[in-house]
Amino acid sequence: MTDQELQRKSIELRKTLLRVIFNAGAGHTGGGLSCLDILNVLYNRVLRVSPETFNDPHRDRYVQSKGHSVEALYVVLADRGFFPSSQLDTLCHYRSPFVGHPTRKIPGIEMNTGALGHGLSICVGMALAARMDAAPYRVFTLLGDGELAEGSNWEAAMAAAHYRLDNLIALIDHNTLQITGPTREVCCNEPLDEKWRAFGWTVRTVNGHDFAQLTTALQTPPEPGKPTCVIANTVKGKGVSFMEGVAKWHHGVPNKAELDQALAELDAALSVASVS
Amino acid sequence: MFTPAAKATAEKLGLTLGHPNLEEFAATLEELARANPNIIAVTSDSRGSGKLGPFGKALPKQLVEVGIAEQNLVGVTAGLAACGKKPFGVSPACFLTARSLEQIKNDVCYSDVPAVLAGISAGVSYGALGSTHHSLHDIATLRAIHNISIVVPADNFETHEAVRAAARAEHPVYLRFGKAPMYTLHKPDARFEIGKAITLREGTDAALIATGETVVHCLLAAAQLAERGIQCRVISMHTVKPLDVDAVLRAGRECRAVITAEEHSVHGGLGEACAAALLRAGVHVPFRIAGIPDEDTVTGAQADIFRHYGLSMEGLTATVTAALSRIGPI
Ligand SMILES: [Mg+2]
Repeated sequence: MTDQELQRKSIELRKTLLRVIFNAGAGHTGGGLSCLDILNVLYNRVLRVSPETFNDPHRDRYVQSKGHSVEALYVVLADRGFFPSSQLDTLCHYRSPFVGHPTRKIPGIEMNTGALGHGLSICVGMALAARMDAAPYRVFTLLGDGELAEGSNWEAAMAAAHYRLDNLIALIDHNTLQITGPTREVCCNEPLDEKWRAFGWTVRTVNGHDFAQLTTALQTPPEPGKPTCVIANTVKGKGVSFMEGVAKWHHGVPNKAELDQALAELDAALSVASVS
Repeated sequence: MFTPAAKATAEKLGLTLGHPNLEEFAATLEELARANPNIIAVTSDSRGSGKLGPFGKALPKQLVEVGIAEQNLVGVTAGLAACGKKPFGVSPACFLTARSLEQIKNDVCYSDVPAVLAGISAGVSYGALGSTHHSLHDIATLRAIHNISIVVPADNFETHEAVRAAARAEHPVYLRFGKAPMYTLHKPDARFEIGKAITLREGTDAALIATGETVVHCLLAAAQLAERGIQCRVISMHTVKPLDVDAVLRAGRECRAVITAEEHSVHGGLGEACAAALLRAGVHVPFRIAGIPDEDTVTGAQADIFRHYGLSMEGLTATVTAALSRIGPI
């Protein structure tokens, strides 16, 4: 898939994401939009996993530590054919398996996440298992920048470097916002790159909405013996003018007029992306 | 752990003193791990307290050390289990089940991976170290979390069997061990199954239902009471969840009183589990819970704390006597 095709897909997926959240009346809109391009690149270019190979013990593993952005994961998995996208109409409905955080009830999802600060430790265990089995698979996780306040992340970061887990890649959705406001103001955890380097990781900083940069960062082989941290600088609410960089859209749900405006903006972006 | 009178009673019963359940755990785990390279011990600077030093020396590739980081210990254990390993996360029960409770709840139980968590030096094994190092909450908290079996072996036999059963289990298991040498309570032909209580002694005057290191004290108390003509049933309820409700109801229906014993808070542990089972079934029977009351826990050696709270042979004998005296003569 070309960068342009990925870009068009991302716009379509953003539209689906907004419709799904609107229909459910609930969801994490802002963070879903900020990490959607990352998930698009992962599932359509990087991860060696598909609906057909999901039970292969050697598949690449992806654990979404920032579990609240599950709607973005759902729409990417549906697009990738893990389940029919019509099932997303049941999001958050009574007894629907599509709940507001990832669970293994959904094809394509590896672990139940959603409480923050859990994914990286799980991935350290998975990467160790791959090493023990001399298996070729890689382990990826996506963390929120606000999530990094959870101390367990740093326990896991130390262990990953100690065990020289170069089969482990942690992506940070660095959208600089969390539910209360800018992460710098809530409880500053910058500079992230220096912290991860100090913890023994290779750090690659990219524009998290640039498909070529994301691809390079994720496909360049790791430094031998070092886990890789990809800091993806992103915009919360990316793609919808009135949501971009606005903390209230963390779990804001658009009303009908807002949805229509957002879809119109994305359609306009789609026509631009089609001619360029 | 045992008074001279208790030791004399154990001798009369022909019981032999084994080693600490913790040591039996470590030996059994090593034996299993030698045969199955997928068995992994995960420790948080706890291989010494977990008696896993020899394991680490013999099977270094099967031991993962995460340092003093219990949250990471449980997350890593879950990740290993999700990728085909059979990991045993080993850490003092007081830390494992409090600091990492969310990892147990989400990464292990909710994600339903076949991980085993071994809480070592549980209850008041670290009695003199104070409440930071006591685990009087672990059974209660884990009982309220879906999808984990809670197994508290009474002696070396139960420990050996519990570790083997946990290694075979397809769902999460919590094992809880103390570190005092334990008398062997079972005959070699005894059968162990997670979720099935073992009756160690028959009787219908009172039933003593106990778990872990209190079981032996119940058995000794029953021997004392027998000398006075009081015949007690003694049940080792090694699995607190899923509870063997049938065994509890039979005890409630067939015995004149039921006394439970546990090295745990009286809130939310074995005693309340039995009480709920009896009440739900409409079985009304004089009932006592021997355990650690909801107070600033007294400190000292484990034996001191058992004696203080009536969990020793002498205390349990008195509790049974008091419960029966309120009912009237046999
Ligand atoms: Mg953020």
